[in-house]
Amino acid sequence: MNSQASRERILARLRSSGTEQTTVPVAPAPEAPSLDREDKIARMTELMGAIRTEVHVVAADDWPNKLKELAREKGWKRLLYGPDSPIGPDVEAAWTAGGEDHGDGLPKLIPYTEPVERFKENLFGMDAGITSCRGGVADTGAVVLWPTPEEPRLLSLVPPVHVAVLDADTIHDSLAEMMAVENWAGGMPTNALLISGPSKTADIEFTLVFGVHGPKEMVVLIRK
Amino acid sequence: MEAEKTFDFENNIEKALRDDRLRKNLRNAMDILVEKRRSVFPDREHLERLRAAGNAIKRRALKQLPCLLEQLEANCTKNGIQVHWAEDTAEANGIVLDILRRHDAKEVVKGKSMVSEEMHLNHFLQTHGIDALETDLGEFIIQLNHETPSHIIVPAIHKNRDEVAAIFQEKIPDTPYTENVEELTAIARRVLRERFARAKVGLSGVNFAIAETGTLLLVENEGNGRMCTTVPEVHVAVMGLEKVLEKLSDVPPLLRLLTGSATGQLITTYVNMITSPRRQGEKDGPREVHLILLDNGRSHILSDPEFRQTLLCIRCGTCLNHCPVYVRIGGHAYGHVYPGPIGKILTPQMEGLRRAGVLATASSLCGACAEVCPVQIPIPALIRRLRRESYDTGDGATVADAGYRSNLAETLIWKGWELANTVPALNRLGTRLAGAVGDKMPNRGPLKAWTRVRTAPKFAAKSLHDRVGKEGVKNE
Repeated sequence: MNSQASRERILARLRSSGTEQTTVPVAPAPEAPSLDREDKIARMTELMGAIRTEVHVVAADDWPNKLKELAREKGWKRLLYGPDSPIGPDVEAAWTAGGEDHGDGLPKLIPYTEPVERFKENLFGMDAGITSCRGGVADTGAVVLWPTPEEPRLLSLVPPVHVAVLDADTIHDSLAEMMAVENWAGGMPTNALLISGPSKTADIEFTLVFGVHGPKEMVVLIRK
Repeated sequence: MEAEKTFDFENNIEKALRDDRLRKNLRNAMDILVEKRRSVFPDREHLERLRAAGNAIKRRALKQLPCLLEQLEANCTKNGIQVHWAEDTAEANGIVLDILRRHDAKEVVKGKSMVSEEMHLNHFLQTHGIDALETDLGEFIIQLNHETPSHIIVPAIHKNRDEVAAIFQEKIPDTPYTENVEELTAIARRVLRERFARAKVGLSGVNFAIAETGTLLLVENEGNGRMCTTVPEVHVAVMGLEKVLEKLSDVPPLLRLLTGSATGQLITTYVNMITSPRRQGEKDGPREVHLILLDNGRSHILSDPEFRQTLLCIRCGTCLNHCPVYVRIGGHAYGHVYPGPIGKILTPQMEGLRRAGVLATASSLCGACAEVCPVQIPIPALIRRLRRESYDTGDGATVADAGYRSNLAETLIWKGWELANTVPALNRLGTRLAGAVGDKMPNRGPLKAWTRVRTAPKFAAKSLHDRVGKEGVKNE
């Protein structure tokens, strides 16, 4: 087998196909409406809520309290997070604030700082994972994640619950707008993700079931 | 493949039509998908603009296909993704096997990929002692039962929950019988999570590849695609070479068209964009990413200006959902990987008319597929072109085995038809004969194939021509 020779033959056939004669009509895609901040928050809440994402709009500095409330309510035992992520220090501060017995009923914080090869068993034994977001897109309702060394890719996939912390100011009208404004074409990360809700399937008789491979639950905290 | 050698379309259709359960399942499922699509595109004018944009984006990509593939290769390589080219499915399979052997992998976890079905990859790997495990729930179900997908998007749509329950009980050790769909899904989750955690290699398809940035984009709802492309050390992506797009900004409109047309969703749960293997300092993700670009007849299809439009397809499956033939016979009857309207035009071009040309006969030319196609492929026009090429080698026929059905009897009949409509005396004789004996034609012999399933036309005793001559035209 010689991939190089195949490459040359394939390209030669493509070049002699006459495809450069293909006519291309002028047909710009319709643009998403431009929304103000409140409308973007409302639309995110509505669309993501419609596919069973729990969306909470919280005051910018109050979100760790909401997180603690949810953690207690849902009875998580182990919460995976990135200590050096934009939200890591806030999570840690909230967990140690308020003195000795304040941590009662809160899950243990598990940092994701090891390469996955040494961390797999731990990773697959979590109750929830929390990440920050790069932004959100309002027209379809989805959070945007660019995983980093501080917040690895599997943090938002393997634990049964994914908590995403989203700044209201980073919600864009649409993916097209976000890509253009942030110049994604200038440099893409290893992995970029749009996530619109918990993992789901309808493969058996169109019955909708959540949590087939990824998280069964998704929580979005919008910091206003 | 074996299935194709014994491919008997007519018999398959008869069998499918007699299968009441299959027909009921399909009808229900397709009605749901049609309705969901309608509700996600409520504004007709907006949808038409979006479709026109989708068509233009894909045409622009095809127009520069060789350059874009080179650009994709250059950018992927720069990003650390290894690019391979395969002329046919055998070569693509060989490349996959090579990668697996290099990593001493005995198993591979797979996300949903129609190209891997086109390659018959699972079967190939099995003959080399490697276990390829489908992880999309629908694919997982049918793989357990040794079946192939019956739909591009919802592969197990022909199965009821009780059938799935029986398959799980029989094929997965220590599994009780349950018809509860949540429980069935939980069983699959448990089994597959173990496999994700231990597999060395994951394989996926590609929905769009972006030349500008060297990015592979995958859409999915379940998360198995993200698992396959993130947990194992090695990720192998296979794609048909027509999937490349010029720019990142081409993605949003096509994404909307794809998810809206396929499942009636504004967006899928996950849109997964992969641009490189694990970089320095990153904690997870594969250390190697391979991209296999498969031709398998596509470069030939590209050489015909009309048939080229087949390559606009983004594999949403909505033409299946809207096809009156597919809805009644299901995907298996087509006997090939790609069923429904898109299969009717794609398969004969890939496999030749002798092997697959008969697929083009299974259409009422109602036009529904062209009306809903998100990238405006004129499927009925291409079906008619394939039918013509089945009988006729003239006028620049480009599909393999053109004229394979031409025969003296039909040629003579059409010659006669031509004469009867160009020579006035013959025309008069013909119409008079039709009026006199047309209704008394025997319902036997070669005509029976037609009249068996259709109402024979009733001929008037006198031709219109005669009556106009004698009676004139009323209300002229």
